[in-house]
Amino acid sequence: MRGAQMYEVVYVGDDELIGEIIGLEEDLATVQVYEDTGGITPGEPVQRTGMSLSVELGPGLLGMIYDGIQRPLTELGSISGDFIIRGVSSPALPRERRYRFTPDVTEGDELKGGAVIGTVPETNQIIHSILLPPHLSGKVTKVAGEGEYTVLDQILWLADRDGNEHEITMLQRWPVRVPRPIREKLPPVRPLITGQRVIDSFFPMVQGGTAAVPGPFGAGKTVVQHQLAKWSDADIIVYVGCGERGNEMADVLRQFPALIDPKTKEPLMKRTVLIGNTSNMPVAAREASVYTGITIAEYYRDMGYSVALMADSTSRWAEAMREISGRLEEMPGEHGYPAYLGSRLADFYERAGRVTALSGEEGSVSVIGAVSPPGGDFSEPVTQNTLRIVRVFWALDADLAHQRHFPAVNWLLSYSLYADLAEPWWEKHGGTDWGRMRGDLLRLLQKESELEEIVQLVGPDLLPEQDKFTLHVATILRESFLIQSAFDEVDTFCPPEKQYRMMRLIHRYLLHGRDAVEEGMTAEEAAGLPVAGRLARMGPMPHDDFAEQYETVLHEIDDAFKGGRR
Amino acid sequence: MTQPLREFRSVVRVAGPILAVSGIDDAGYNEVVHVLLPDGTMRLGQVLESRMGMAIVMVFGGTRDLDCDVSAVRFTGKPLMMPVAKEMLGRIFSGSAEPIDGGGRVVPEKEMEISGYAINPTRREFPEDFIETGISAIDGMNTLVRGQKLPVFSGSGLPHSQLAAQITRQARVRGTEESFAVVFAAMGITHEEARFFIREFSETGARAHAVLFLNRADDPAIERIVTPRLALTAAEYLAFDCGMHVLVVMQDITAYCEALREVSAAREEIPARRGYPGYMYTDLASLYERAGRVKGRAGSITQLPILSMPDDDITHPVPDLTGYITEGQIVLSRELHRKGIYPPIDVLPCLSRLMQGGIGKERTRADHADVSSQLYAAYARGRRLAGLVAVIGDEGLTDTDRLYLTFLERFEEEFVGQKRDEGRSIGETLDRAWDLLSIFPQDELKRINPAFIREYYRGEIG
Ligand SMILES: Nc1ncnc2c1ncn2[C@@H]1O[C@H](COP(=O)(O)OP(=O)(O)OP(=O)(O)O)[C@@H](O)[C@H]1O
Ligand SMILES: [Mg+2]
Repeated sequence: MRGAQMYEVVYVGDDELIGEIIGLEEDLATVQVYEDTGGITPGEPVQRTGMSLSVELGPGLLGMIYDGIQRPLTELGSISGDFIIRGVSSPALPRERRYRFTPDVTEGDELKGGAVIGTVPETNQIIHSILLPPHLSGKVTKVAGEGEYTVLDQILWLADRDGNEHEITMLQRWPVRVPRPIREKLPPVRPLITGQRVIDSFFPMVQGGTAAVPGPFGAGKTVVQHQLAKWSDADIIVYVGCGERGNEMADVLRQFPALIDPKTKEPLMKRTVLIGNTSNMPVAAREASVYTGITIAEYYRDMGYSVALMADSTSRWAEAMREISGRLEEMPGEHGYPAYLGSRLADFYERAGRVTALSGEEGSVSVIGAVSPPGGDFSEPVTQNTLRIVRVFWALDADLAHQRHFPAVNWLLSYSLYADLAEPWWEKHGGTDWGRMRGDLLRLLQKESELEEIVQLVGPDLLPEQDKFTLHVATILRESFLIQSAFDEVDTFCPPEKQYRMMRLIHRYLLHGRDAVEEGMTAEEAAGLPVAGRLARMGPMPHDDFAEQYETVLHEIDDAFKGGRR
Repeated sequence: MTQPLREFRSVVRVAGPILAVSGIDDAGYNEVVHVLLPDGTMRLGQVLESRMGMAIVMVFGGTRDLDCDVSAVRFTGKPLMMPVAKEMLGRIFSGSAEPIDGGGRVVPEKEMEISGYAINPTRREFPEDFIETGISAIDGMNTLVRGQKLPVFSGSGLPHSQLAAQITRQARVRGTEESFAVVFAAMGITHEEARFFIREFSETGARAHAVLFLNRADDPAIERIVTPRLALTAAEYLAFDCGMHVLVVMQDITAYCEALREVSAAREEIPARRGYPGYMYTDLASLYERAGRVKGRAGSITQLPILSMPDDDITHPVPDLTGYITEGQIVLSRELHRKGIYPPIDVLPCLSRLMQGGIGKERTRADHADVSSQLYAAYARGRRLAGLVAVIGDEGLTDTDRLYLTFLERFEEEFVGQKRDEGRSIGETLDRAWDLLSIFPQDELKRINPAFIREYYRGEIG
């Protein structure tokens, strides 16, 4: 294999299984094969392709489901049936379909890499910009007229500085392990609204940010990821099912075409690209899947879209790395993971961000990675290395999940370093008291946990009334604000206005109640007030009904505590 | 891979269940080998590693009394295949699919690769047909559906076999009379447990619909690596070729994992946690992911794997990795068992991820989801209070707190607890739940839609 390149794609054996060179030493190449290698014998041929592992980019990506190396699963199904047989392949982008291309450039234009050549309406909502490949620049010698083209039709002819002619099609390839170039990285400026209260109101994410969701099995990582894929206000979703369950992919495929995006009124599937390399599919393709996903995400970012990528689970990706590294007999680090685990994770999350693309458009990639720590123990290497990089941490908690407190986001362990960035947005879309209320309510929860410890020692009845009242309000906050069922038809998505108002009611109840208790009301009396009951079940209440009742309840709170304050 | 006879005598090393054979250049990865013993018997093996001049072979019958000089190793050029037929139903096989019930060999209708193929996710039918097991803690709070993989996490001495047998006996999908089958894979279970299952199946008439693969505690440990794969291959044939609804019971997954660990240790691989190999997640997934439904095919595979948690530790790699792959888990508790509660299901750590799609108005009852959630909240609170009382006594408790303690006790005895031959319909289960929830004043039932409270609540109004 002399002359072969690192990361070059090769075809292995008589069945021509797809593989990638991951080690080179003298004339010996180590190849990781993306398919089941059963039956391969020494002596079978290996063919080089001269190309790095790449994805196809172009119109037609949206709505597709791919395996880890971008083989289209629906198409594979029509070739080989219900089970995935090795050695089958099918092009990632449909070759026959025609797209309406409208050129943006004319003959004689000077173009730089990444420039917009023209556009294609990929869906009713998404205008797909056809971009000049990043490393090309030159003068347009000819451009196709407006019309219907396949992804392999030439649409642009370009002469570079050295006078070489380039023929450009809508289909372009990009090596997955290389970040697509940008002009400039920008700081994130606005929250990624997800409709999940504990996230948006307490531990917000931003467009272009990074977040991790660690938690033991069954704590709700996948449901969080699915909720974000469904309801977050990104333009494009790339969902990577990395080494997880087949039924979870089937679930997405079943639900997304039927669900309507609240923002665009289009089926959610039309803004989504799925990468599904489930736990029983080849491990090497699992390793590649997150790169395939993020490359597609960057591609839409470069057109100026806000893209959110979910990777469920990054731990399975790390394990795939460990498995491959073990086979290479590399020196193992902590828990058998390769020493480069931390840098691979960092490189991956580094591909998130808000940017000015080469085209001048502003776009972003937000990355949300699930982490599955063995035994639910956050001190293990994948969680720890991830924590060093990401800015938002939604720690899921087995205890909460056991009580069916969902989303089981532990409010004491979780954090968001973007809260300050989100505040101006909330001030504008909620009210100027957002930051203060959030702070007060988080402190309330903190206080609750301190009090719980005391209760464990001395029992509840010795607590001062004010503390009893704190426990009472904290219960309301947990049960009616933090709990939010993903399966409730209404509450699955909570619009920001409603989040703000729910928070405001509870906050008002807290402040006025405190005063009343100060004046002599007991916590038990407060808990018995009808208005306390009104604060329950606000989430599942239809949004319009809630909006209607909001002012009334606000006044009821004022009235209810007047007595105590008298 | 149809080569001429390739037979070698050159075993250069025996390490645990592993043989190294020299002189072979073209061993295929995963190819089946026959290891011939001097006494004329044969043991099955499989190629784990192949390079020029050498093959590493795992021997399922174990390498006890194998000898470097005399054994011959024959490479068959084929992956591990299994002959399958509908007439397997009613039969008992060894852990490597030899008939052990005195009957003859099955006449194969088809040969299938035992490692199976991954179901294309786009071809999966999402499982949502409610299976009524008749067990309240399962049906009411951790509903099982057809095509789900729902393991039982247990411990030594706990009645997991009884529970599995009871589920096998009682499970049905309401309103259907479709053909069903049970495939039972035993890995390292005792003779007594094996007899228990055979007797159970015989007495209840399930034998005729059951295929058993038995690897018992004194059978070769390495055989356990193939046993579940044989069972699942049989299950796939019955489900996807014959259109049957198959329930696969696999016991004990922990014994299976120990066999994996043994092979890994013999190969001197770098272990992940507690000596288990780093690829155990992937390996277990290659078993568990064989559960499911396939679009356009009539049958289904539902898995009920049973595993014993060493030291009752749910964070042990076997339950831990299992929980990360399966669609929930049923957890048995030693404490409830000691209290004499059967089945001793601790509902708090239990989960059925596919419950949501299997319950509700058309499938079970409209109030099901809310009731289940409320039971969880109430039971969790009861348990917390009981813990508190154990430390500081019950003086400081409010009247409401005391209600939760009453609930706790009655819930364990009347809802979780039931007789070994008692099958409760889902209606009965939910009614029982309302009996218990009705000890609370209405406004404690915060997780239940008021409309359901109006319909089902039986406590004092107001
Ligand atoms: N927001 C939610 N609302 C309602 N139920 C939830 C929510 N989040 C989680 N659940 C419940 O918890 C179950 C487990 O959640 P999920 O599958 O997301 O766990 P996970 O952390 O991804 O586990 P694993 O690591 O094993 O994949 C779900 O099937 C669902 O029943
Ligand atoms: Mg998950």
